[in-house]
Amino acid sequence: MNANARGCMEKDERTHLVTDIVAKHKNSKGALIPILHEVQELYGYLPVEAQETIAKEMNVPISEVFGVISFYSFFSLNPKGKHKISICMGTACYVKGSGPILDKLKETLAIGVGETTEDGEFTLEDCRCLGACGLAPVLTINGKVFGRLTKDDIPEIIEGCKTEGGSVL
Amino acid sequence: MQLFRSHVLVCGGTGCTSSNSEAIMTELNEKLVKNQLDAEVKVVQTGCFGLCEEGPIMVIYPEGTMYCRVDVKDVPEIVEEHLLKGRLVTRLLEASSQVQEDEQDIEKSSFFKKQLRVALRNCGRINPEEIDEYIAFDGYKALTKALTEMSPGEVIQTIKDSGLRGRGGGGFPTGTKWDFAAQQINDEKYVCCNADEGDPGAFMDRSVLEGDPHSVIEAMTIAGYAIGATHGFVYVRAEYPIAVHRLQIAIDQAREYGLLGDNILDTGFKFDLEIRLGAGAFVCGEETALMTSIEGKRGEPRVRPPFPAVKGLWQKPTILNNVETFANIPVILLKGADWFASMGTERSKGTKVFAVGGKINNTGLVEIPMGTTLREVVYEIGGGIPGGKQFKAAQTGGPSGGCIPASHIDTPIDYESLIELGAMMGSGGLIVMDEDTCMVDIAKFFLEFTVDESCGKCTPCRLGTRRMKDILEKITKGKGVMSDIDELETLARDIKASSLCALGQTAPNPVLSTLHYFRDEYEAHIRDKKCPAGSCKALLAYEIIEENCKSCGLCAKNCPVNAISGNKKEKIPFVIDPTVCVKCGVCFEKCPFEAIKK
Amino acid sequence: MKTIAELEAIREKTLKEVGMRTDNDSIRVVVGMATCGIAAGARPVMQAFLTETQKRDIHNVTVTATGCIGVCSLEPIVDIIDKEGHKVTYVNMTPEKVAKVVLEHLANGKVCSEYTLKENQ
Repeated sequence: MNANARGCMEKDERTHLVTDIVAKHKNSKGALIPILHEVQELYGYLPVEAQETIAKEMNVPISEVFGVISFYSFFSLNPKGKHKISICMGTACYVKGSGPILDKLKETLAIGVGETTEDGEFTLEDCRCLGACGLAPVLTINGKVFGRLTKDDIPEIIEGCKTEGGSVL
Repeated sequence: MQLFRSHVLVCGGTGCTSSNSEAIMTELNEKLVKNQLDAEVKVVQTGCFGLCEEGPIMVIYPEGTMYCRVDVKDVPEIVEEHLLKGRLVTRLLEASSQVQEDEQDIEKSSFFKKQLRVALRNCGRINPEEIDEYIAFDGYKALTKALTEMSPGEVIQTIKDSGLRGRGGGGFPTGTKWDFAAQQINDEKYVCCNADEGDPGAFMDRSVLEGDPHSVIEAMTIAGYAIGATHGFVYVRAEYPIAVHRLQIAIDQAREYGLLGDNILDTGFKFDLEIRLGAGAFVCGEETALMTSIEGKRGEPRVRPPFPAVKGLWQKPTILNNVETFANIPVILLKGADWFASMGTERSKGTKVFAVGGKINNTGLVEIPMGTTLREVVYEIGGGIPGGKQFKAAQTGGPSGGCIPASHIDTPIDYESLIELGAMMGSGGLIVMDEDTCMVDIAKFFLEFTVDESCGKCTPCRLGTRRMKDILEKITKGKGVMSDIDELETLARDIKASSLCALGQTAPNPVLSTLHYFRDEYEAHIRDKKCPAGSCKALLAYEIIEENCKSCGLCAKNCPVNAISGNKKEKIPFVIDPTVCVKCGVCFEKCPFEAIKK
Repeated sequence: MKTIAELEAIREKTLKEVGMRTDNDSIRVVVGMATCGIAAGARPVMQAFLTETQKRDIHNVTVTATGCIGVCSLEPIVDIIDKEGHKVTYVNMTPEKVAKVVLEHLANGKVCSEYTLKENQ
């Protein structure tokens, strides 16, 4: 079986899973957002075909589905990189210097906020308070927290991700 | 049941989990087995103790010894010294309690001494994933009392008499809100809990959900009884995975015990709860937007009236309180309205939790009686400003709030006094700033936040905040003109007057407040093209102070763009060429003689 | 589903287990657990205190360890400190002696003077 065919099958399978997710929530009130959360969990983002399936199964126009997705920053229309770097831009982190750290990240990765590197390795995001203010300034890579940072720590952290699943520090 | 001689509590809040408390638990259990202490010593994962700066935190009972910044490597020593031989590991004690070994009890350390833990009463004391531990500390006793001894009207009257006001920001009297909803006649009513803690720098609601989820469940059930609702929703930020997880465990346990469901405690009362996840929209912290979001739509606010107590979720009467407000309810019913009203000031009763952060030594969660002064919070509980710097201001209320400058540091903190100062209670973020923080930059920071988070429904908020941000950006880049200040003020007034919801109505506050107290800083940026705090990069100019320069050449060696010249051998002082300098600040950091100023 | 009475039973039972985490005014049993104490058999003594108090349903007692008291020849040494801070020191303890101390001293408030420091000197 060639890679393309396999891709198609996976796609079909996932469409089925989306249908199942919708069926599970369909009868509860206000189900769209919980459905989107679960579908995003499945794909890592919300591709157009999944949106189409959701709209069809829920019997609502796709514009409504898209409208909700685009309103909430948690939902993404694009695939993410292998390492998702989120830098905390909460007030405590900002006052303690997360700005220069973000600049350093942009410079090191050569991408802007919300973008993914061409090799699909890194996605850079800024996020709201993670609540780890005691460790400010803070960033997370795929959920793992790096705290009490200075901008000089950045190259090492990025290198650590590249060499091996990201277990620096 | 097994009795243990000692309980070791390890913080499992987000702050401490981020600094590896999970690995500490694993190591601790291993070492206890190795030393054959596992039958005598119990390890318990709890919620946040509040002293996040010093995390990961471990508390050992019955002594109440608190160990700070514990590393996995420290665990063998704690087990062998403290648990086996009963000797303190003094180097890990919290700094303020090191002076006197007898005073190792956490309650006596300066961080906890002035605090009064009501909403956080169980955080750091119980295992949040064990309903029995919550029950042991009087959990679900208030619910029992309400269902068996009190009428719904009496519950509402008690909450009214206590003087409890909403802890989410506005400070609306909770009992009055409940009364409005109770008076509505409808087949369906709802109780909602706002756990969409969006204010950057505030995390008390998360700590309550993580450390004491049952208190929220109990309170919402009581609220359901009081207003006649049978269904509730907790709207939690998706960014709080630990809180969501523990809350779900707690809901399942409560259902299993029949504390949620069709026939609660065999009294015939029916109530159940559901968690709904937010999806990263700050505006959903606004009550009408939150309800629209639970309905599965774009979380845009709508016009009030009708107020949610009349027409809320799915057009049914609904009450919405935040997590901290709910956490106060069970204690009020148990200890009485008079007890609660005896704390605090005349119009602000009880306690308030603040997330203290920024330029302060003890970052963390503190719960203080209303009326405590800012000075006590910053210098006594917070341990002062690091590096001996000057306190400049504290920011409360996040993007809706304002600053309290040093000249008002002795103001007692309550709803009214903060509003009078142009700040607000907000959800309880308290960010401390020192002399190095630029107030124009902070105003810009908050405006960037509101520009990002404006839902776009009302034009004044959508476009007006962006315009204000552009002006602030211009000023921080040294391109401002004096009329910009007037324009900021006009825009602020218009946006406040013409926005539908609180987001827009309060968005200009950070600017107005900094303009009020720190107008000179704005003027310095515009007129003198200087940033007095030395924080706005475009306005910085590094300069070498000739008489301090020892011609060591360290600055020139480290300069990435070769902007510094001089002569080491002939002891000619070095100079910076401002046309080449990129203001990276390396020379400033490297100079051993403090000969470089900015 | 739990009834109110069952809830109260859970409360009482769990409180025995977690009560040490509140401000309590309990009697403290302090066992010397330095190297010399452990070598002399302090560990079974400590365990005996736990099992005996549990057996007799005594809750207002906390059992803790302490370092070397300095009279190694009299180990295992146990101090019992009451709410007012009065201290009674028992020496050369064994699990059998513990059973008696728990019954007489902790349960009935009567000092077992035959095991105390004074009698042994």
